[in-house]
Amino acid sequence: MIGVNHYLILGSILFAIGVLGIFLNRKNLIVLLMAIELMLLAVNLNFIAFSHFLNDTAGQVFVFFILTVAAAESAIGLAILVVLFRNTRSINVQDLDKLKG
Amino acid sequence: MTSISSDFVTALPEIGLLAVACVVLLVEAYNQSRAAVYLLTLTGLLLTAALVVFTGAGVPVLAFNGLYVDDPMGEVLKLLTCFSAIAAVIYSRQFLTDRKMLSGDYLGLLLFAVLGMLVMISANHFLTLYLGLELLSLALYAMVAMERDSARATEAAMKYFVLGALASGLLLYGMSLIYGLTGSLELGKVAEALHFNVKSEIVLAFGLVFIVAGLGFKLGAAPFHMWAPDVYHGAPAAVTLFVGTAPKLAAFAFAMRILVDGLQPAHGDWQQMLAVMAVASLAIGNIAAIAQTNIKRMLAYSTVSHMGFLLLGMMTGSLAGYSAAMFYAVTYVLMSLGGFGMVTYLSRTGAEAENLDDFKGLNAHHPWLAAIMAMVMMSMAGLPPFVGFYAKLTVLQALVGAGWIGLAVVAVLFSLIGAFFYLRVVWLMYFDTPPAESPVYGQHAGDAVMLLSVNGLAILLLGILPQTLLTLCALAVQMSLR
Repeated sequence: MIGVNHYLILGSILFAIGVLGIFLNRKNLIVLLMAIELMLLAVNLNFIAFSHFLNDTAGQVFVFFILTVAAAESAIGLAILVVLFRNTRSINVQDLDKLKG
Repeated sequence: MTSISSDFVTALPEIGLLAVACVVLLVEAYNQSRAAVYLLTLTGLLLTAALVVFTGAGVPVLAFNGLYVDDPMGEVLKLLTCFSAIAAVIYSRQFLTDRKMLSGDYLGLLLFAVLGMLVMISANHFLTLYLGLELLSLALYAMVAMERDSARATEAAMKYFVLGALASGLLLYGMSLIYGLTGSLELGKVAEALHFNVKSEIVLAFGLVFIVAGLGFKLGAAPFHMWAPDVYHGAPAAVTLFVGTAPKLAAFAFAMRILVDGLQPAHGDWQQMLAVMAVASLAIGNIAAIAQTNIKRMLAYSTVSHMGFLLLGMMTGSLAGYSAAMFYAVTYVLMSLGGFGMVTYLSRTGAEAENLDDFKGLNAHHPWLAAIMAMVMMSMAGLPPFVGFYAKLTVLQALVGAGWIGLAVVAVLFSLIGAFFYLRVVWLMYFDTPPAESPVYGQHAGDAVMLLSVNGLAILLLGILPQTLLTLCALAVQMSLR
């Protein structure tokens, strides 16, 4: 029988992959945007699992809002990426080094 | 249960601001007049402030089935948010005009950011907290990237975006754990559920860690402050001015809502985390600021240290502590409006007055501006008779009152270190000779100078007579806690 714990463990693994993807990735900014998306989806999984096992729909409603905001967020992220590429001709994480001090 | 129409009356300031923001975007699409959108933005913000005053009830009012709350603390913060946005718009008019950035796009984004702040301030539910936060953050990312041809600004925007999204993710993960633990997303019900029984201490601790880490990112408190220096440095000065002021009021409200309204029963747990974050912020902020040669970067580190003080006020968990933190947030916004406002104002076409060297000998050619900047810097350092002194004093009093004498001593020591770099700016302005080729300043706008003077004098006046504002903050917090 699959219980709430299994969903939580899956969610936490996905979330950890997302966070690690942000910190370990030194190459490509697009992978970074994907890692962010993965984090938000892990949160969604948590909300849906809790919502189902608590018999409370509020969690599922929250998920719709998170999905919508995540779409807007990636739109802005990709827009910034395009502007950045036009200025620096690179989407390498290591090239983001002009601001130091 | 209130009727639907009274719900809408409660949310009238936000509804009005949303309408104005949409009108600004429409006017931009059909009319090329910059003056029209500029005046419309200012009128819209004033209208919102007026609506906040007229719809104020004086007692906490819940609306939209507990999604939304209107209480005295929220009203005071909303009013100040509107005024600081107005000041930011007026200070940056010349700067934006010079760079051809004064348009409906920019001002529309600014209005949506203010709307996000108002929603955050009035949120009483995890959903509204999250939506307000994202509305604010998404608008700010775009504003930072507004200077499209600047590699610096776009790099800052990318860093801000990635770390901001990470913070939202952490915050949401924490919220989902708390939701699973309490079965509710409404802050009042969360507090109730936590008060009566906690099914699992470990889940609560995990949820708290994620929520506090997310809050730390948004406030810019160490060890989650990495984005602040880069964003403040890379963004155009006008955007830095906006990012560094009003959102801090909203972040304070956000922290109060989630930690005090929602997670008060777990106070013992989050107190420790806030204490660690506060000490780290004071240490990193004050020490790293000494090494900076860029004034925007220096002020960013100074923000980190100010957030440390704010957290010290909150962690006491007492009424005195909360009102001290609120007073600190308000005075911080007043001071940084002056500081960043001056940086924006002195910037000229082609170059920003962003290096400490640009302030050398300012007294020789602009004595009045130098005097205002000196007042701002001494107030930030916490010298009497300026308002920054009382802000630090009330936080320290609250700390000692709650028995945290060791922390109070640490805070005083770090502010002494911090005083060095604030006073260095004053020294550069008054006792250093201006550079050989004196920088050419652009046309000076009278309205910005007037407002900067009011801002500087307010710092002095509130320092001499702080009692009104102190009482206001104490009353607002007292009448809002449930």
